[in-house]
Amino acid sequence: MSQETEFTLSELMIVAAAEAFRGDGEILVTGIGPLPRIAAGLAKLSFEPGLMMTDGEAYLTEEPVPLGVSRDEVPGFSGWMPYARVFSTLWRGQRHAMVTPVQVDRWAQGNISCLGDFAKPKVQMLGVRGFPGNSISHKNSMLIPAHSKRVFIEGEVDVVCSVGFSDERWPEGMRRPEVQFGRIVTDLCVMDFNGPDHASRVLSLHPGVSFDMVQEATGFPLLAAEGMGETPAPTAEQLEIIRRLDPRDMRAHAVKGNPPGVRQAA
Amino acid sequence: MDKRTDLSGAIASLRDGMTIGVGGWGPRRKPMALIREILRSDLKDLHVVTYGGPEVGMLCAAGKVAKVTYGFVSLDQIPLEPWYRRAREAGTFEVRELDEGMLLLGLRAAAEGVPFAPTRVGLGSAILEINPEIKTVVSPYDAGDVLLAMPALPLDVALIHVSRSDARGNTRTEGNDPYFDDLFAGAAERVIVSTEELVDSLSESDGPDARKSLFHRGVVDMVVHAPLGAHPTLSHGFYGWDMAHLKEYGATAGDAEAWADFVTKYVADGEDSYVAALGGAEAIRNLPIPVF
Repeated sequence: MSQETEFTLSELMIVAAAEAFRGDGEILVTGIGPLPRIAAGLAKLSFEPGLMMTDGEAYLTEEPVPLGVSRDEVPGFSGWMPYARVFSTLWRGQRHAMVTPVQVDRWAQGNISCLGDFAKPKVQMLGVRGFPGNSISHKNSMLIPAHSKRVFIEGEVDVVCSVGFSDERWPEGMRRPEVQFGRIVTDLCVMDFNGPDHASRVLSLHPGVSFDMVQEATGFPLLAAEGMGETPAPTAEQLEIIRRLDPRDMRAHAVKGNPPGVRQAA
Repeated sequence: MDKRTDLSGAIASLRDGMTIGVGGWGPRRKPMALIREILRSDLKDLHVVTYGGPEVGMLCAAGKVAKVTYGFVSLDQIPLEPWYRRAREAGTFEVRELDEGMLLLGLRAAAEGVPFAPTRVGLGSAILEINPEIKTVVSPYDAGDVLLAMPALPLDVALIHVSRSDARGNTRTEGNDPYFDDLFAGAAERVIVSTEELVDSLSESDGPDARKSLFHRGVVDMVVHAPLGAHPTLSHGFYGWDMAHLKEYGATAGDAEAWADFVTKYVADGEDSYVAALGGAEAIRNLPIPVF
C-alpha cells in the first residue's frame, strides 16, 4: 500500500472512523453526516463487505451511494429498509450508528436535545431523536469535528439522550443492559471508553497533536491507551475510494478551515 | 359511503383541545392544506402528535398549540424547525419529547387497544425525567426485568396526506417509505385524509397498485381533495419540498409581525390564492425531489 503525503484532516478522520466498523459483519450501518457516511462506505468497500447501507432513504444498496448523487444514477437496490424496518432492526441490536452529539461526558453519554433547563431551554437543539433507543439497543460511535471542553464537558450532559456507563442512571435491582460503545473520532485524536471502569482512553493522536493538547481540550480526565501511537495516514487506495464516495468534496466543509492532515506547528 | 368534503368542512369537525395526530415525516408528505385551514380557523389548545415538520412551527406561530408530543421536529435541510425552536425556548407549550421509536410504540399500543407497550427504549436516559408521567413496569415473567411502559397515544383525529383517494376513502400512497401513517390511522378515533388526486373509484386497481394502500377505507371518515396539499413538504410522485419557501417561512420565526405578513401573503385567502402566490401550480409541480 502506498502512502499519500497530501491529505486533509477530514480524510484522516474518515479513515480512522471507518475502523470503528471493523468486525461488524452483516449489520445495518448508519453514518449520520458526511464524514460518518463516507467512513461507513469506505469500511464496506475496504474490509467489511457484509455491512448493509441505505441510499439515505428507504432502500438498501450494495454499492454505497456517493454523496449528492442523483437517484437516477444509482444502479439498483438490494432491499427495502423503511423506517419501520429500521426500528425493528435496531431494537434487535443489528446496527451500528455513528453520530455527532453536541455534548459528550465522561460516561460516554451524549446530548443533542437542548442546553440548559429542559422545561425552558437556553438553546433548543434537535431533541432526543433516536438516541435513547439506539444507545440501549446497539453499538454507537461518535465523530466530533471540533474537540473542545464545550463538547467534552466536565459534568454530566444537560439531557442524557444516549445512555452510557453512569451507575447512577441504573437504579438497584434494574437489570442493566450491556451498553456497546465503539470509538470517538475527533479532529485531534481517536478515543474509546474501554479503560478501567469504562474510563475514556486516547487510542491514537493525529499527526502533530500531543496527549496534553487533547487533555487540555477535554473536560474530564483521559488515559493514554497502551501503545497509543499516531493515527494512520490514509493510503492512496483509501483516498481514491473517498474521492469516489464524495465526488463533490463535501468533506472539505466538515472540519473548520479544511486543514491538512498533518498539523502545522503553530 | 361518500366521504368527500372540503377543507372547511373537515376542519369544522374539529374542536378546541383535541389530540390531533399528523402523518408524514419531517418535511415529507404532511397534510399542509388541512394545517393551513386550521391556521384560518378559531381552533385552539390543540395537542399535536407527530414526527414533526413545518406543521408544528406554523401551529405554534399561530398560537394553536397547548401541547406537542413528538419524535422530532425538523425540516431536514433546516435541521431545527425555526418557529418550534422559538416556542420551545419561550416555554409557551407543554412538551412530550420522545425517542422516535417510542412514538411508534405509543401509536401502536393505541391502535391495538392496550394501555402501554413495554420496551427497553428510554431506560437509563433522560426520557423518564423529562416525561415524568411515563412509568416503568416489572415483567410478570421475570421480577428482575424492569421495562419502560410507553403509554398508548390515542388520537381524537389523524390528518394524513395521500396520493390518490376515491369517495369511499380507498387510498393510495406513493413513495419509498410508508412512514407511520398506518399507525396514525389506527390510533385515531377519526381519520381525515387530504389527497393529491380524487378519482371516482379505486376498485379496479391491479395488485401492486392496491398494495399502495396503507390503511383500509373502514378507518377513513373524510376525504378532502387537496391538490398540491402537501406543499411546502414533499409529496412523492408529485413534487419535491420547497426549501426556498420553508426558508422564507423560517425567517419569520420569533417575529409576530413578519408571521402576520406571511399569513396575509400566502395563507389567509385560501388555497387558490396560496398556489397563485407561489407562482402557480406548474411551479410547485416542478419542484425537484431532493437528493441525499
